[in-house]
Amino acid sequence: MWYLCVFFHRLLDYRRAEVEALAELFGAFDDHQLQRPLQWKLPENHHPDSPFHFVNLPSEELTRNIANRSLLVKGIYELWGEGDNYEELEKAVTSYPEERKLPYLTTETTFRIVVDSFGKIINFEEQNERIQSLKFVPFKGRVNLKNPEQKFWLMETDNYGSNNGLPPVVQKRIFFGREVGAADRKLLPTYQLKSRKYLGPTAMDAEMAFLMANQALATKGKLVYDPFVGTGSILVAAAHFGAMTMGADIDIRVVRDGRGPDCNVWSNFKQASHHFLDFSSLLALDVCFRIALPFIGGDGFYSSPICFLRSIEYGLPMPISLLRADNNLPPWRQGLKEIFDAIICDPPYGVRAGGRKSGGRKLLKGVIAPYTVPDDKRTGHIPSTAPYSLAECVHDLLELAARMLVMNGRLVFFYPVLREDGTTNINFPKHPCFTMVASCEQILSFRYSRYLITMVKTGPYTDDIAELAMKMHLEFKENHLKWLEDGNLHSAVFSPASSVNGASGDFNRDSKPKYRGKYV
Amino acid sequence: MRLLTHNMLSCNIKGVTNGFPLRIEVEKSMEKEVDFNIDFLKSIFSKVEWTALVDAARSLGYNELPEEVADSSTMLESSDFLKKFHHALLELHLEEGALICPETGRRFPVNKGIPNMLLHEDEV
Repeated sequence: MWYLCVFFHRLLDYRRAEVEALAELFGAFDDHQLQRPLQWKLPENHHPDSPFHFVNLPSEELTRNIANRSLLVKGIYELWGEGDNYEELEKAVTSYPEERKLPYLTTETTFRIVVDSFGKIINFEEQNERIQSLKFVPFKGRVNLKNPEQKFWLMETDNYGSNNGLPPVVQKRIFFGREVGAADRKLLPTYQLKSRKYLGPTAMDAEMAFLMANQALATKGKLVYDPFVGTGSILVAAAHFGAMTMGADIDIRVVRDGRGPDCNVWSNFKQASHHFLDFSSLLALDVCFRIALPFIGGDGFYSSPICFLRSIEYGLPMPISLLRADNNLPPWRQGLKEIFDAIICDPPYGVRAGGRKSGGRKLLKGVIAPYTVPDDKRTGHIPSTAPYSLAECVHDLLELAARMLVMNGRLVFFYPVLREDGTTNINFPKHPCFTMVASCEQILSFRYSRYLITMVKTGPYTDDIAELAMKMHLEFKENHLKWLEDGNLHSAVFSPASSVNGASGDFNRDSKPKYRGKYV
Repeated sequence: MRLLTHNMLSCNIKGVTNGFPLRIEVEKSMEKEVDFNIDFLKSIFSKVEWTALVDAARSLGYNELPEEVADSSTMLESSDFLKKFHHALLELHLEEGALICPETGRRFPVNKGIPNMLLHEDEV
């Protein structure tokens, strides 16, 4: 059955991919209920970035599951009618089959009608007028604004002009339908980064981490691994959905020590957040207290209201394992394979944080040979590390995933892309064991964007592939410097624009398209 | 460090061929409760090196696991066995100690529950 799927106007490229991943998770493709990928349609004259889409899903229960678990679905609706004006809408809704409508309009049900518009604001009086105009729908139930059994939505989109950053609209369109399910975005303020105790400079923001966990089909009983775990942001999202988690990082200070006993990766899982006051109002309260303190007197100690932040806990299951390991030389035993259900990560590409691997060549003092650690210094020795090139990092990640993922397991990771002349040149990594099912762009700047890539393991990891990978590994080792030069994103992203565009590279500000699409 | 992790790790110093299983040196161990999930246990069972798990559990003072699992399909239906397997695999936790390479004797320290598997400059 076709449903109206309305998205939030965010992360446009990620929206359909999320619904498709969740359809997979909830079994839409099992027993050939549906053909992969999902069937989508756009309303007539709508821009592909419009929030209104039609999607074909096999059952209402599955549709509700998808909507409720998603982050980017504002709601999925059984459409009762649509039209360019209210006369057309009335005709459409009236002719919609009675047996589809009446069960939701009986005297026993409670309901409310929500009026919504995309691209402009409808004020309270206008909303009331719109609701009154729906008299042709025979509502018999009681109105309940707080906790209705049925929610009906009246949604409009109109020509709001072209210069407000939204996708262009050709003509007015009105939709009326019954809500089947909607995203629970309340989990985002709960998990937002600013409420976390332990943060690193590149912690993944909560919305993106949850999207990654959805793409990876994280759920109860699955084992999810992050080889670049850092402060654990991605695993927190996977653990929220019930997955068992494992993480590794090359930096022992991050995984083992954090910033003390109550501020480390573990504490991010049992971590506190506050539902009643947001952080900025607490901060304001804190400032007031501090200003007032000298006048109130006291012993000089004062408990900041920010401490209240620690009053509520996520209570997530702790990671099964955190370890310090190098993704370039993983310590897995021979014969170990197909153990993880998903690998999710944001590899260090050298834009915001550079990757490191074993094999540093820092000269050691007072030693036998330049790189030999003397026996008396072995305990507690901190080995130096070498920079890790992008190409090698991706190679190692794909190899790890090919070997360690179960069949049909998913690899979800970010891949950086340089954009030239405002367009993106895409050359995605490939591997014989994997099929790419989604690539979602997020534009970060005029010159740089990142793709969230979702790959499914569709081929077994054979001895031939392993041998090829080993050859590649040795080649990386030999040509270390060359690879470092090739993958130097940092300088490409941060050097002045003219050095990239050549002499004629006067950066033309007007060349920015008016409709920014994937920037949101 | 859970014993599931121990069961996956080996010493990967260059040239080492028998880096598994790592011997466990215990300074401090504890038990940490983990939600029981039958489906997970059944799927992970075939990936576990059983003898290594039995020995590791013993070194943490847990002797309830059978030496050998002859008929895994019937064993995996026994809730008594699954509980023991769950406890040994996921709830026994090495907080402080070391993992020792059976071939070279290299100590990989375990502090605050985190094994440090990073190699020194002359070991890669």
